[in-house]
Amino acid sequence: MRAVSFVTSFDGPTKAIALAMLLLLAVGGAYYHQFLSPMYLVQQLQNGAFLGIVAAGAMMVILLGHIDLSVPWTITASATLATALVGTNPEALVSERGLVAGLGAGLLIGLVNGLGVAYLRIPSMIWTLVTNNIILGVCVFYSGFYALRSQPSPVMSALGAGRLFGIPCAILVWFAVSAVIVFLLRRSRTGRYIYAVGTHEPAAYLSGIDTRKVIVFAFVVAGLCSAVAGMLLTGYAGQSYQRMGDPYLLPGIAAVVLGGSSLFGGRGSYSGTVAGVLLITLISSMLSIMQAPEAAKQICYGVVIILMVGLYSRATPAN
Amino acid sequence: MTAFLDIHLRRNNRALLAWLVLGGLLVYFLYIHPRGASIGVLSAWANQGTALAFLAVGQTIVVLSRGVDLSIGPIMALTNCLASHLVNGGPLELAFGIAVVVLAGAVCGAINGIVVVFGKIQPIIATLATGAIYSGFALIVRPIPGGSIDEMLSELTTGDLAGILPSSIVMLLVLVCLFWLPVSKASLGRSIVAVGSSEQAAYMSGLKVDRAKIAAYTLSGIFASFSGLFIGFQTLSGDPSIGLPYTLNSIAAVVIGGTALTGGAGSILGSIAGALILRTIGSLIFFTGLPPLAQPLFEGTVLLVAVAFGATRLLRINNRLEVFR
Repeated sequence: MRAVSFVTSFDGPTKAIALAMLLLLAVGGAYYHQFLSPMYLVQQLQNGAFLGIVAAGAMMVILLGHIDLSVPWTITASATLATALVGTNPEALVSERGLVAGLGAGLLIGLVNGLGVAYLRIPSMIWTLVTNNIILGVCVFYSGFYALRSQPSPVMSALGAGRLFGIPCAILVWFAVSAVIVFLLRRSRTGRYIYAVGTHEPAAYLSGIDTRKVIVFAFVVAGLCSAVAGMLLTGYAGQSYQRMGDPYLLPGIAAVVLGGSSLFGGRGSYSGTVAGVLLITLISSMLSIMQAPEAAKQICYGVVIILMVGLYSRATPAN
Repeated sequence: MTAFLDIHLRRNNRALLAWLVLGGLLVYFLYIHPRGASIGVLSAWANQGTALAFLAVGQTIVVLSRGVDLSIGPIMALTNCLASHLVNGGPLELAFGIAVVVLAGAVCGAINGIVVVFGKIQPIIATLATGAIYSGFALIVRPIPGGSIDEMLSELTTGDLAGILPSSIVMLLVLVCLFWLPVSKASLGRSIVAVGSSEQAAYMSGLKVDRAKIAAYTLSGIFASFSGLFIGFQTLSGDPSIGLPYTLNSIAAVVIGGTALTGGAGSILGSIAGALILRTIGSLIFFTGLPPLAQPLFEGTVLLVAVAFGATRLLRINNRLEVFR
């Protein structure tokens, strides 16, 4: 009985995606048996962890009806700063200040994003585009003059590439981040405020919520999530590199939207976002295994988004 | 022409400001250019910015309708790749090739509009998805950069007219006058702006909201195809991967040109100035001897200043609730 109510507690998009994934695995597994092996599935979770953490942050902002386009260079800048600091002094304990500084950079970028959107009232799509460009500019300018050593700290390596009891640590970090986000959205007052501000900000303001602080908070969480993803990616790849964050911006937003969140804000569930991340990861990995050309991947990706999101908007009555 | 300019500029102070900034930058650029002010230098300068300017025009039309076109770069790449196959040979083949390329752009744009209107999907996510599809088709049309494009056409469009004007800028203005001016004067163009200002009011006034939106995206696709063609004339080849930076830069150009992303108000000419400003800064850094690595930071700062102008609205607000608009 508990199990049944657990399943029915998920919303429409989550169920639709779960169904789509089961279908994909069943059809794919009939032709390529490796799709059904536990090794392969765990590998997918590991691949999905980076995107999942980025999408968790993106969702906080999207629930407000805003968007964070600074994800690519928040990831790259936090990773570059962290590895550069580790490079100056790679001793075990001292090097962890790189990790702290990297997370701090993400927090700071999120704070700037939030202040611009909440207090200066600049549309988030433009403001985060600007901050992204400025961070890019600073990174390119800085790295042109200093040959930065790129080396992850031990903790970053352990979390990004290591395993605990046979489970990749990146998955555990994703779980931890998810737990915090779910607690925030479902159990905390701030979570209620986020949905309220996303639904109708003037109404939220008139009912006594300091909407500006809520917006800043959500952007800070998003910046932190990007930085965490940056640290894990660095640990996984063993280095930081230019443009390492580029492949995460649009898939991150797509995952949130596939999961049923509305870009207008106020509507969306975290389980949907996780399902969206898994679907995107699974599709791209299955196409890779089938050796589909890049063109086919792109087309598949676009068609899936249009079909799924079109389906949701047809299912829910227009308001 | 001057009346057209005049009306547009008076309606939009931000656009006028963008043109003044562009004028200042251009004078400074010609002043410091080692070869001095000549038509050759001016043409080269214009060629740098024309492709982005075409995209900025298309993006502005969509933004006026309160949408956004993230597939504009991919459409440009796709049409550029098509052009590298088709725009070759005798006059008849050239005309046919160009017609097919522009038609392809229009079809891509119309598909965007149809997905937005009938799929009821938000423009950001709809054009993100169609953009991925167009990128895929660009890769199918031309998996690696290459191909060829008629050289005579290239010289015609990237050179100068009678030694006075850069032909790329003239072509840009002529095409805007041919494709946007008639629309903007007709009820269709009014509908596009009205939909961007308030969709409900436009609907209640009996305007054809769906048709206006589809038209806006179609026009955007057409201008993206002009951009793809022009890039082809510049490079004499097709490249499936050129679109990516252009999409975000076209939005930046729109913002610098003074068009509000919330739709309903803005200026095509301002966006053209915005696109040329972005490109002029790149050339300026090249010639002033500033480290080339400072270019992205400099461009970002210019964008920051342009955006900060938008925040001055807060200083004129009397009612706290107006902040949320």
